[in-house]
Amino acid sequence: MDTFVQQLINGLTVGAIYALIALGYTMVYGILRLINFAHGDIYMVGAFIGYFMAFPLGFATGPSLLGLSVVLIGSMIAAALVGMAIERFAYRPIRKYARMTTLITAIGVSLLIENLFVVWFGAAPRAFPQLLREQSYTLFGNAAISKSQILIFAVSVALMLLLQWVIFKTKVGTAMRAVSFNLNSAKLMGINTDFIISFTFALGSALAAAAGVLTAQYNPQIDPLMGIITGLKAFVAAVLGGIGNVPGAVLGGLLIGIAETFVVGYGQNVGIPTTFRDAVAFAILILVLLFRPTGLLGSTVQEKV
Amino acid sequence: MPIFVKRLLAALVIVLLLIAMNQYMSEAGLFGFGVPPYYARVIMLAGINIILAVSLNLITGFTGQFSIGHAGFMAVGAYSSAYLTVFYAQAWERSLAGVVGATLAHALIFLLAILVGAIVAALAGLIVGIPSLRLRGDYLAIVTLGFAEIIRIVILNIDKVGGATGFTVPAYTNFLWVGAFAVITIVVVYNIVHSDVGRALVSIREDELAAEAMGINTTRYKVLAFVISSALAGMAGVLFGHYTSFLSTNDFQFIRSFEIIIMIVLGGMGSLTGSVLGAVVITIMPELLRRLPGDFSRYRLVVYSALLILIMLTRPQGLLGTREFGLSWLKRARRRSEGDKPAGSGGVPIAEQGPPSAIDSEERA
Repeated sequence: MDTFVQQLINGLTVGAIYALIALGYTMVYGILRLINFAHGDIYMVGAFIGYFMAFPLGFATGPSLLGLSVVLIGSMIAAALVGMAIERFAYRPIRKYARMTTLITAIGVSLLIENLFVVWFGAAPRAFPQLLREQSYTLFGNAAISKSQILIFAVSVALMLLLQWVIFKTKVGTAMRAVSFNLNSAKLMGINTDFIISFTFALGSALAAAAGVLTAQYNPQIDPLMGIITGLKAFVAAVLGGIGNVPGAVLGGLLIGIAETFVVGYGQNVGIPTTFRDAVAFAILILVLLFRPTGLLGSTVQEKV
Repeated sequence: MPIFVKRLLAALVIVLLLIAMNQYMSEAGLFGFGVPPYYARVIMLAGINIILAVSLNLITGFTGQFSIGHAGFMAVGAYSSAYLTVFYAQAWERSLAGVVGATLAHALIFLLAILVGAIVAALAGLIVGIPSLRLRGDYLAIVTLGFAEIIRIVILNIDKVGGATGFTVPAYTNFLWVGAFAVITIVVVYNIVHSDVGRALVSIREDELAAEAMGINTTRYKVLAFVISSALAGMAGVLFGHYTSFLSTNDFQFIRSFEIIIMIVLGGMGSLTGSVLGAVVITIMPELLRRLPGDFSRYRLVVYSALLILIMLTRPQGLLGTREFGLSWLKRARRRSEGDKPAGSGGVPIAEQGPPSAIDSEERA
């Protein structure tokens, strides 16, 4: 029972990270029908920005909540700018062309960011500074929760609530929903669609950067290729929940995080080696899509000729 | 000249060219000329990539089904045939050599390995295709990607074929094999596309619902295209494995599938010659960038990805679009200069902005 609770906590931690990244995938997809493959790399960029902010500002030596907040918010803002720049210079010029073209461009942007970071900072992992004095709290029995895990839960829940508020309670959120419903009609209604798309990229990138900094606190190792597999799984999470659906992305992320942790924790008892950790996300996705072709919370789409 | 004589002559010329090229690329060289091993390697990989790109074009370019799992089928072909050549082939080859001679025995065993690789990959394609092809657009894409990753991780956990440490495989492939199978792949896909099956496939790409309404069994045709495409990818995997003579699951990560998609989109989807061009360009480009002066060669991959984005920004329909490059271009140019209306492009006629319309027509409810 203790280990079960422990696994659940660990799984939710990983899942919350996936969920934060998946939100960016799902929002961009909802608006542009674009699989933004560079999104996983924004997560990595966020972690690196955090890394390079922590040292000159002196937060790396003395852990403090202030330092953490500054680094977290700073990296979110910087990553939002990066996301907007990517949208402006790579995606906007080709928005009107076939989907395959935009997809290849997205892959190109992803490769560009990865290779650029490898050239600049080397492929070797770097140790992320401890911005928070790590401490472990015993819940009940032997199950423990660490400070960085609590941080991940708190920040991700806060960000998700904030996102929900932005999407449903603000004017720009209403415009986002209108654009995702039908871009051309939204334009006719006087919505500045270019701004809304840019704003969506900024939101998604900020969430991914937050995920990057939070992960780097929990597992203090960053490298330029860390975004590939995490990004892919977050994308799987978005599809699992029903791509374009905001609560679906969170649900998908949590499910995959928990499933993955359980495969590592209990898999050996039923003959599943721990190396299947990376396969379990896809296995769940395939199973779910076979029975619900638009994901768990995705709405069924009426086909028209 | 009767058409079959023409074709026979063409086949003969191709075979002679392949044999001469093979000799040219071997260590002995042709009439004292040879290719340095580095260039030979690039040419070989380009040939294998041509097979991969052309086969993926059948399913993605002509049928409009977006698959990012090609590396998985390649891995299935490579590993299943390698299992055969590593554990059984040597003994079989020895006993066969007594009957038909060493050279022929060597060739026959490798042919068998290629067939096995293709058949196992086709089976994998069938198993993956039947459930997946019910899905549309991006959902299909992510499921094929998922299957490919699962295939890779399963292989990674089979200790008999090396698992994580890699698998040493005898080197069988030479240029003759790669060239011959590249030609075979192009001919097979060309003939499929220009047959009634091909018409059905293109109609599925253009409008799946309309195709179904016209009485086309869309599921059957989609699975058929998927299986053929997987078999060809498996073949490429066999050639690849027995060329590098070392298999590692790292060679079959999803980035590899992306690379193949990049080739066909770059060349122009729905164009066979485009796929060939795309495969050659994508193979050679990173190698050429190695020659960037001085410190710039560090930026090789950065330049590569930047070029990729630039090409997409400037030629979004791919280098050739849906056109085919060939003799008909020259004819057309001549005819146009004579003042005639331009003739058909020789490719499969479709909207210039290209596929896949089934995805684009999706409306959000």
